[in-house]
Amino acid sequence: MSMFARTPLDQHNRRIEWLVKTLFLMMTVLLIIPVALIMSILIYRGAPALSLEFLTQVPTNGMTAGGIMTALVGTIWIVTVALIASVPIGVAAAVYLSEYAPDNWLTRAINLAIINLAGVPSIVHALFGLGAFVVFFGFGRSILAASLTLAVMTLPVVIVSTRESLQAVPHAFREACWNMGATRWQTIWRVVLPNSISGILTGVILEVSRTAGETAPIMFTGAAAFLPFLPQGVLDQTMAMSLHLYVVATQVPNVPEALPFGVALVLISMVLVMNAMSIAFRVYLRNKRKW
Amino acid sequence: MPADVQTDARSSGIAHDLNTRGRAWYIDRAVSVGVFVGGVSAIVFIVGIFVFVTREGLDFVIGPMDAKEFFTSINWRPTSERNPTYGILALMAGTASVTGLAMLVAVPFSLGAAIYIAEFASGKMRESLKVLVELLAAIPSVVWGFVGMTIMNPLIIEFFDVAVGLSVLNAGVILGLMAAPIMTTIAEDALKAVPDSYREAAEAMGATRWQVVFKVVLPAAKSGLMASVLLGVGRGFGETMAVLMASGHAINLPTSPFDSVRALTATIAAELGDTARGSDHYGVLFTLGIFLFVVTFIINLTADIVVKGVGRK
Repeated sequence: MSMFARTPLDQHNRRIEWLVKTLFLMMTVLLIIPVALIMSILIYRGAPALSLEFLTQVPTNGMTAGGIMTALVGTIWIVTVALIASVPIGVAAAVYLSEYAPDNWLTRAINLAIINLAGVPSIVHALFGLGAFVVFFGFGRSILAASLTLAVMTLPVVIVSTRESLQAVPHAFREACWNMGATRWQTIWRVVLPNSISGILTGVILEVSRTAGETAPIMFTGAAAFLPFLPQGVLDQTMAMSLHLYVVATQVPNVPEALPFGVALVLISMVLVMNAMSIAFRVYLRNKRKW
Repeated sequence: MPADVQTDARSSGIAHDLNTRGRAWYIDRAVSVGVFVGGVSAIVFIVGIFVFVTREGLDFVIGPMDAKEFFTSINWRPTSERNPTYGILALMAGTASVTGLAMLVAVPFSLGAAIYIAEFASGKMRESLKVLVELLAAIPSVVWGFVGMTIMNPLIIEFFDVAVGLSVLNAGVILGLMAAPIMTTIAEDALKAVPDSYREAAEAMGATRWQVVFKVVLPAAKSGLMASVLLGVGRGFGETMAVLMASGHAINLPTSPFDSVRALTATIAAELGDTARGSDHYGVLFTLGIFLFVVTFIINLTADIVVKGVGRK
């Protein structure tokens, strides 16, 4: 018997290790399987409702027939306006935190505020949007008020992902630029941002998917249960996909069974496709990165 | 005359090199102010949320609110004409029971999954699991609520032979499935933050992989893991649409998992649309908002302090 032969203790340890590993693998799989099942059921029951007309027609017969065009277009409106509001602020905040912020109480307070913005319940964001944008600033129930509410809510997504991609740019890049006599901003504009723009984009895509799926914050700030026409400007109310799912699932009697499943399927596909894009983009960039 | 000459020289750029405050300098200053404003905006918004929610709820708090009744009565009858009562005890019990069950589901699975992904899985397996978990976290809450209503509900009715499937059990499981991916991601980050030298040291002493995980990595990542659980609790506590749709929305002190309950968040979502601005009912819903804000703030603050405690070590 050689010195390194397996002792009974070794075998015992190996058996335990195998058991532990399998147990944790099972837990991971058990986390994923229910969701996979749910997705298949959504596809199975929602697919019959899907057609080109479903995407291009307005809801009819008290939302029991027709399509989801107004809700789809409304969601695009809301997401676009929210992005216009939150991306500049979010990127500015990330640039400050990554490139300027000293390590002091204010920076710690900003970070705490970001964590809390992400952690405050969505319904509290809805109350804020109603109290601030609808009532105080007088936007009324409108796309503008709903989008600004969502912009505040999803700001942490942009800030955190942008800050990460800014910090991934090696410090030597900045130093080289400063040594050439460039100002701080010239360095950020010409060197740091171009090297992190794609990382920022993945964050923006992530924000789009998050914004498109939110329901509670827009319920009382600008999304309407039913409108037969499309919004003409940012001060109009609009339908939205997420609220439309809630309404056809809970508020409308005699909805054909496949209809809400179809709405759910379209909504979840929008969100997951955008997320998958963001992830694929990130993996592609990581492989491409030269440093 | 000499003064004119000097002005000439300056404008023609001869003296420019001596003057460092050129255009680039001013742009630089302007931008640093601009991004500072962006950075501070996060604080402005979080304060703004508190101020504006309080502004709408204040009339109720200093007016008709009876704090004792508010926190200890189970009677939530805000629309009663003769004698409206605003007791949130049953709503708190609803939120607590659903969140509690959700954590029972989510904590073991998310910690198990995080340990597997961080410590046991390797290469492609790890990457694909991480992507999957990230995608799961992206499913909108209204879709989860819909799943609770249309898929879980009949399953529970059939499986447990009960009359109603919209209950603590339904909402808790849905919420657990919702919270688990996020908790997995945070817990995995916490495990990743444990330096490899710890693992190497333990392995050099002859520890097996699972001994390394249980005796070294888990204790070292304890506070990060606690933070992930806390953030999961915060998430469950604040979740609105899924709980509204899956819990049955009946005011109830639950005695079994098959009871329908109503959550604090869901109450606001369901009732706010029917209230007139300035009414007591409107005010009490904003007061609920203040309460939710304060509680989640405390949870997030605690999680932050717990995590920062690791950094100091």
